[in-house]
Amino acid sequence: MKKFLVVFFVVALTISLCACTPQTSGSGPSTAPEGTQNNSLIRVGFAQCKADESDWRKANTKSVQDALSRENGFDLILADSNNDAAKQVSDVQGFIDQEVDYIIIAAVNEDGWDTVLGNAQKAGIPVILMDRTINASEDLYTCWLGGGFYDEGVKATDWMAKRFANGKQANIVHLQGQLGASAQVGRTQALEDAIGANSNWKLLAQQTGEWSTDTAKEIMASWIQQYGAEINCVYAENDNMADGAIQALEEAGMTAGGDEGVAIISFDANRAYLQMTLEGKINCNVECNPLLGPGVAAIIKKIESGGQPNKKESVEETAFYYDTITQEIIDARPY
Amino acid sequence: MRFLNIRTGVSIKSGLKTIAKSLASSRLTFSIVILLIVLVQNIITTPTFFKVSITNGLLSGYIPNILDEASELVIVTLGMTLVIAATGGVDISVGAIMAISASFCGLMLNGSEYRTDVFHNPYILALLIGLLGGALCGVFNGFLVSYLKMQPMIATLILFTAGRSIAKQITHGQTIYIMNPVYKYLGVQIPGVPIRTTIIVSTVIIVIMVLVTKLTSLGLYVQSVGINGSPSRLVGLNSRMIKLMAFVICGILSGIAGLVGSSSIGSVNSGELGLSIEMDAILAVALGGNMLGGGKFSIAGSVIGAYTIQAITTTLYAMSVRADQLNVFTAFIIIVIIVASSDVFKDKVQKLTRKVFSKNVSVGG
Repeated sequence: MKKFLVVFFVVALTISLCACTPQTSGSGPSTAPEGTQNNSLIRVGFAQCKADESDWRKANTKSVQDALSRENGFDLILADSNNDAAKQVSDVQGFIDQEVDYIIIAAVNEDGWDTVLGNAQKAGIPVILMDRTINASEDLYTCWLGGGFYDEGVKATDWMAKRFANGKQANIVHLQGQLGASAQVGRTQALEDAIGANSNWKLLAQQTGEWSTDTAKEIMASWIQQYGAEINCVYAENDNMADGAIQALEEAGMTAGGDEGVAIISFDANRAYLQMTLEGKINCNVECNPLLGPGVAAIIKKIESGGQPNKKESVEETAFYYDTITQEIIDARPY
Repeated sequence: MRFLNIRTGVSIKSGLKTIAKSLASSRLTFSIVILLIVLVQNIITTPTFFKVSITNGLLSGYIPNILDEASELVIVTLGMTLVIAATGGVDISVGAIMAISASFCGLMLNGSEYRTDVFHNPYILALLIGLLGGALCGVFNGFLVSYLKMQPMIATLILFTAGRSIAKQITHGQTIYIMNPVYKYLGVQIPGVPIRTTIIVSTVIIVIMVLVTKLTSLGLYVQSVGINGSPSRLVGLNSRMIKLMAFVICGILSGIAGLVGSSSIGSVNSGELGLSIEMDAILAVALGGNMLGGGKFSIAGSVIGAYTIQAITTTLYAMSVRADQLNVFTAFIIIVIIVASSDVFKDKVQKLTRKVFSKNVSVGG
């Protein structure tokens, strides 16, 4: 009996460990078919900040995995740093030691990249920054691909300017992303600039919800105690946090969204939240395109064929509004 | 409390002296004092802090908010207390178990759809399956610790690492949105009941745990196994079974916390649910005056510890502390508490108290 149990748990353990391999598929030698075939593949190390952080990040991870698949001629090694900046730097150093052909980084933090990117440069490995920007000399990386976070923020504040036109007072509460992430920095900057430019906009409170629904709901509940019906605009820097804020408002008997309710601004525009935009609960949802995989693949192909990508490659982004969005628009989107 | 005694000591010396001594030596008193200090300072910074009203049919205010937000942590902390007491080690997989439980429940309710308001299975059945998932994780952890003699932290590191990936596989890698309003009964409100369900659930579980550990011999068994396993075995206790049981109870409680947590936001996100809660739970147990080396434990202490952690967070939000300073403030408060609760510091304070007392006595006499 005891032996049986031991065997059972060893099997269970193996299965549970196998459950994590999809994230790193293609990394181990066991999954590589033949040595000769492996040599023809382009080896790409992908340092993701946190592969399952939000719906956006999940879509982003999947897009890169799909675009840099074995069928497309890539051998992708995914390292998930779980939002640990120090681990991410050592992941990238690991890629350099493994002598990969390319490194993709979605940075946890903007700072602390000089040394490791210097090492990559010495090793002659091109570095592609994806979606998040960093504070380092432009010479240290090959190019950056992503949406413009500041521009996204401007799309949102443009809508707010229409909602709070003719001197109508805006009392804004601001749910920030994880501090230091470039999405947070850009979107916060856009809002703060707009508040500076509009005298009828007042920032009641500002706090980091760390991209999480649960934390955002908790903070919003606290603000409702503090400001109550005074709040008439929530600027949430991603969909998950907007969701948390809306739930806190509804539990307090306040109306979220619509023409008369508390104006809800959200970013990322994932499918579930576009549905909420259609339901009128989110007023303005600015897209942040997570499907960067094909773009990254194109950049690598360009470098492979001797070309030089631009320092900044951007992707198209749009915004969705509660009064103009339709089910057809949502259904036509790939994520 | 002790400082109070210093001032009033002259007039009512001997009686207060004994009370002060027993109070100062009780670890529980210390936890309560800390919680009170955290709460009471709000009278100055946030005058409305203790206001409670009924809004939209729900009891609302900062205090109900604390009780609500702390509920997940309280439930997890109870399980963590038992594990620490029985094994002298910690279970760091509690957050991952929360995600696994909720994912099972979400899968049962939503089927393969990522966002729907139709239940594919009965609600109660889904909850039970979720709890079963938590219990199985507990069995797995407990087996590794009690039968394979692994260090608890190393044993639970397996599920800590792999648990969220397992949960992710269960939900097909996506966040599940359960739109049926019934799903929110557990995490928000049962229609017509003015108190949040989370508060009711956590209170009921606290009461059950206190009763079980006080009225049955489980509490005593856990303590004796935690203090020293071998003699306990010699007097006929099955120490393996008791350790296993501690992990299973911890697994089930984590499961409940997972269901409560996902229900309160109406969705299951395997990457977010209960993230880093293991650290808060360990801290709560420590703040409650429990020995992290195992043995003697206090359910009440752990519960107070958990509410203290939430009270600190809510207080800082109410004080509008800037986001970039939030962690600094939290860390500062925790450091003060930990240092103040250390034995060396307490000894110093006790000696000082004695000195002041004896001086006063000689002056007064």
